[in-house]
Formats: sequence, C-alpha cells, structure tokens
Amino acid sequence: MAEPLLDIRGLKTWFKTDDGMVRAVDGVDLRIDRGETVGVVGESGCGKTVTARSVLKLIDMPPGRFEAGEIRWQGRDLIPLDEAEMNKIRAREIAIIFQEPMTSLNPVYTVGDQIAEVIALHQKLSTKQAMAGAVEMLKLVNIPNPERRVTDYPHQFSGGMRQRVMIAMALSCQPKLLIADEPTTALDVTIQAQILELMHEMKDRFGMAIMLITHAMGVVAETCQRVTVMYAGKVVEEAPVEALFGDPRHPYTQGLIRSIPRVDRGAEKKQRLEAIPGTVPSLLNPPQGCRFASRCKYVMDVCTQAMPPLKEVAPGHRVACVL
Amino acid sequence: MSRQYIIRRLLITIPSLLGISIVLFAILALAPGDPFEELATNPAVPPEVRAALRAKFGLDDPVWTRYLHWLGAMIQGDWGFSFASRMDVDTLILQRLPTTLIVIGSSQVIAILVALPVGVLAATRPYSLFDQIANTLAFVGFSLPTFFTGLLFILVFSIQLDWLPFVYRADIAGSGWPWLWAHIKQSIMPVMVLGLFQGASLVRFVRSSVLDVIKLDYVTTARSKGIGERKVITKHVVRNALIPVVTLVALQMPIVFGGAIVTEQIFRVPGIGSLLISAMLANDTPVVMAVTFVIACLVVIFNLIADILYGWLDPRISFR
Ligand SMILES: Nc1ncnc2c1ncn2[C@@H]1O[C@H](COP(=O)(O)OP(=O)(O)O)[C@@H](O)[C@H]1O
Ligand code: SF4
Ligand SMILES: [Mg+2]
Repeated sequence: MAEPLLDIRGLKTWFKTDDGMVRAVDGVDLRIDRGETVGVVGESGCGKTVTARSVLKLIDMPPGRFEAGEIRWQGRDLIPLDEAEMNKIRAREIAIIFQEPMTSLNPVYTVGDQIAEVIALHQKLSTKQAMAGAVEMLKLVNIPNPERRVTDYPHQFSGGMRQRVMIAMALSCQPKLLIADEPTTALDVTIQAQILELMHEMKDRFGMAIMLITHAMGVVAETCQRVTVMYAGKVVEEAPVEALFGDPRHPYTQGLIRSIPRVDRGAEKKQRLEAIPGTVPSLLNPPQGCRFASRCKYVMDVCTQAMPPLKEVAPGHRVACVL
Repeated sequence: MSRQYIIRRLLITIPSLLGISIVLFAILALAPGDPFEELATNPAVPPEVRAALRAKFGLDDPVWTRYLHWLGAMIQGDWGFSFASRMDVDTLILQRLPTTLIVIGSSQVIAILVALPVGVLAATRPYSLFDQIANTLAFVGFSLPTFFTGLLFILVFSIQLDWLPFVYRADIAGSGWPWLWAHIKQSIMPVMVLGLFQGASLVRFVRSSVLDVIKLDYVTTARSKGIGERKVITKHVVRNALIPVVTLVALQMPIVFGGAIVTEQIFRVPGIGSLLISAMLANDTPVVMAVTFVIACLVVIFNLIADILYGWLDPRISFR
C-alpha cells in the first residue's frame, strides 16, 4: 500500500487547566490517503477540532501539550518540527477552514488583502500579482463580480459568501489536504448544500484530500469515502463509508446513524429522531474502561475494566468495542 | 475611509462646542465673585464709576444676553480683556498655550512609544517575568497621583541628586544648543510625570486588548497561513487591538488635562494650566472662561483625531 498522505498515530493532545488535565484527544489514529475525503464524526466536545488543529499545530501551548503520538505528513512526523518548518507546510501543503465564517476573517483587511497575503508568501509573488491571484480565486469559488468584491471588507459579505472566501483562501496555494472543521454548521440549510457542492467542485479541480469534520451523518454519507467516528477523545470506529452505514458495529455509531433525520420515514409518523440519551463524559477524568459505557445499552462488566482497543472486523473496518 | 465620515465627525464638533460653552458660561455666571469685587471694596473708586464700568462690560445683564454677547465677540476673535493681567485674553493664552502643548504632546508621544510595545510584548508572553514586571510597574504608575510623583521626582532629581531644575522658566536667556538643552532639562520632570501616568494606563489597556484579540478565530486563520508569529501579531492582532485603545485614550483626555494642570502647578510651568489657577484665584472671569473653553476645544479636537483614527483602523465604522 502506498504511503498515506497523513497518518496520525496514537495522538494525545491534552490541556492543562486549573481543574486538572483535560484529555481532549487521547490516543487517536487517523489515516488520510491522497485525494481521499475522510469524514470525522462525533458529538460536540469529542475532540474533533483539537485533532484537526493539532495537525497544523495551531493549539496554544500552553495550556495544550502533545502528550504522545505522531502526526506523520508524507512520512515525516510534524510534532518535532519548529515554527519555521511548520510555516512551510501551513497553507502550502495543508490548509484549514473553520466553523464560524463570521469570525474567521480579519475585519480590518479587505478579503483581497487576506487572500493575497497567502499567495504572495508561498508563491513568492509581488502584492500586485498576488491580488490578481486573489481575484482568480474569488471567481473560482463563484463569488459574483470578483474584480469589484476583492476590495470589499468581510462585513460586506454574508456568512455563506465568507465561507466561500475562506475556501478561496485555503485553496489558493493548492494544498494537498484541506481540513474543513464543520464548514457548514453555522450556515443556513440551503447555503450548506451550496458550500458542500463547492467543496466537491474544488476537489475535482485540484485533487486534494479532504478531512471533513462534521456531526451531520447525512453529509458524511453523501461525500466521504471513509469515516472515523470519535467519542470522548478516542476513535471508536473506522470504516469505508458503505460499511459504516451498512454494518455499523459500535453502539455509538449505531446511535449516530439512527439519529439521522430521514425524509422517507413519512412526516405523519412525526419522524422521531432517536437521539442518544446522555452526554459525553468529562474529559477531565475520563472513565477507565469504555468511555461510552455510561450511555451504552449493551454495557457489560468487562466494558468498565479496560478500554477495548481498535480491532479489525473486516478489511479497513475497525471497531473499539467488546461486542 | 469615506470623506463623508470625516465631514460628519467635523460637523458634530460644532454643536458639542456650543453646548460646552453654554454649560461653562452658566457655571461661571452662577459662581460667586466677579472681576469688580476688588473695585467694590476700594473706597477710592466712586460708586458712579463702578456702575458705569459694570454697565460698560454688561455685567448686570441677564446671563443669556451676556452669553450671546460673549459668543458674538468670540467668533469675531475678541476673547475679552484680562482685568488682572491688563492685557487681551487671546494674547495671554497664546503666550501660555505652546508650553502646555509641548509638555502634554511630548508626554503623550513618549507614553505611546513605550506603552505600545511593552503592552503587546507583555500580552504575547502572559505571566512571564517580563509581563509581571510590566504589570507591576504599570499598576504602580497608574495608582500614584501626579502630584505625588511630581513631588517625589523633585525630591529625588532636584534636591537629592541636583540633576534637574525644579522651577520651569520660560525666559531662559541665550540661544543655540545650551538654550535648547536648558529647556529640555527643565521639561524632563513634568513630561515624565505626565508620561508615566499616561503610559501606565496605556500599558494596561494595550495588554488586555491584545489578550482579547489574540484568542479570536481570525488570528488562528492568520496562523494557519504560515506567515509567522511576528507578522500574525503586528499585522493581525495589533491593529484590531488598537481599536478599543484609541477610544479609551480619547476618553482619558480630560484626565490628562487635569493631570497637566496639577503638574504645571507643581513645577511652575507657565502654561495654560497655571494661568487657569491664577485666573481663578484673581476672579478673572474672562480668562477662566477662555482657558476652560480652550481646554474643552483641545479635548474635542483630540476626540476628533481619535474618531478619525478609529475609522481608519476599523473599516466597519466609516461604512456606517
Ligand atoms: N484550550 C483548551 N483548554 C482546555 N480544554 C480545551 C481547550 N480546547 C479544547 N478543550 C476541550 O477539549 C474537548 C474537545 O473539544 P473539541 O475538539 O473542540 O470538540 P469538538 O470539535 O469535537 O466539538 C472539549 O471538552 C474542550 O473543552
Ligand atoms: S465496549 Fe461495552 S460499553 Fe463500550 S460500546 Fe461496546 S458494549 Fe458498549
Ligand atoms: Mg469543533
């Protein structure tokens, strides 16, 4: 098998707080191959964002700290790299877009300035040439009137349009991996579809891999080749998308899938979403055994003794459950 | 920034200055004592003369007539006559104003030049040794009133060390470098006293504002671009952090002038602050009115500059 583009192994990103150590990411394995779209799902507070930001080393340290693990980028571990070396990878090889388009852009610079800044830096161009590149990128992400809009400020754009600007900025150096951290969660439903559509258009054009973080299982089913399910700082299941939806093994994954709103169930039956009862346990002092035990209907004695490791149940399909 | 924004700001200053002048005038009219009090107790002045003089200067007219009279004269450049100094008020003020502006101006410039980098540096290394030292010094500088630091400076630098003169003289003879040096030497303490106070509060403003901005999403976006931490701070953090600081500095201007008046008294700097105090003691109402109004104008001008700076720093403002 070819070397993966990104290979996270046993990553632990912890935060030292006044109350103790928050084990936000506590032994995560994640692999992304070239040109592949991998979904990362899980409820809020499961450590998805911390995992994503760890890859680009955008975690504030302190309070954050890499406790263990490796983040292998094309075979090279990023954790020991210094800032100068990371800055050659940021934007040029790995780009990221965030959940909140309303606050992700600097309000005091024009969108053109902000896109041109990346282009000028990584492609060693003059500001003027970079500005032409910025117009080009705005056109590519379907912003009407790009020549005029390039001198507008973020507050003159709607949320959806700002997310387009973020995508334009992220793709302006043609990275090999785009990390999209819940890129549509803050947007209206109709706009969400347009942004996802745009991301796929861009993927076809540039051929980059995407790490798509979301808690919408429906989006995953439509767009990803492989899925990693996270729960309370750990990976609980990992599978090709068909296998995950066709044969979900982990009770948490099963719960997530049952909670997808479905159109075909008929409105008169008052489509009951089976939300998983309970909440994600505190990552401050996570339970010793399976972290899902407090919410699992199949829980047994063995579950609470030790955390079940990820086991391969079918090719490429791994589950961390005693069942 | 749009031209309309600046014009709008400029136009707003007119009603505010009018309002301020009305309030000032009313307060001074209510205050006891007027320039002719001395005349009244002087037996050599016959009552008819006194009455004639009062009528001439309109002192017994209703307040609003006197105000309109003052305003009309003011607009035509007639600032009145100082009974105590026996000269025109505008000449008097023009003699004193440059000194005050130089002392306040240089203390502000020094405060900004020191406080800005110190505040930013402290915020980017929170709880480091540098931050703790900067914080402590800022707290001390901010808590000590100017009259206290002024006296302390005089005690240390003039009396103990005998490095600096503690009486400011406007009429130093000579020319060239020695003359300039003598002026600089006597300005050091008043400028430092004011600058310390201003700089200390500025360090605190800048530090807390940078700490607020540094955790915002667009700063993470900037970091994700690979532009380097230094540029992230100077380009993406500082400009945004300065937006609230500019407002706070503008709001502090009246306090700065208050501090300047006290400082001028301590070091006997012949500026408008000491002019104001002596005019008050002499019941020289036209001078008191003119000086307070000039100070009000300066505060309004500084606020105008702050507004324009604010609009330049934050494009969202000038678009509104
Ligand atoms: N800077 C931080 N300090 C302390 N705890 C943090 C910090 N950042 C994230 N966390 C904790 O890490 C956990 C995972 O957060 P996050 O990765 O944002 O979850 P998700 O993106 O899956 O919703 C949360 O419990 C959160 O409180
Ligand atoms: S290990 Fe036990 S508690 Fe955890 S998910 Fe499996 S069955 Fe449930
Ligand atoms: Mg998140």
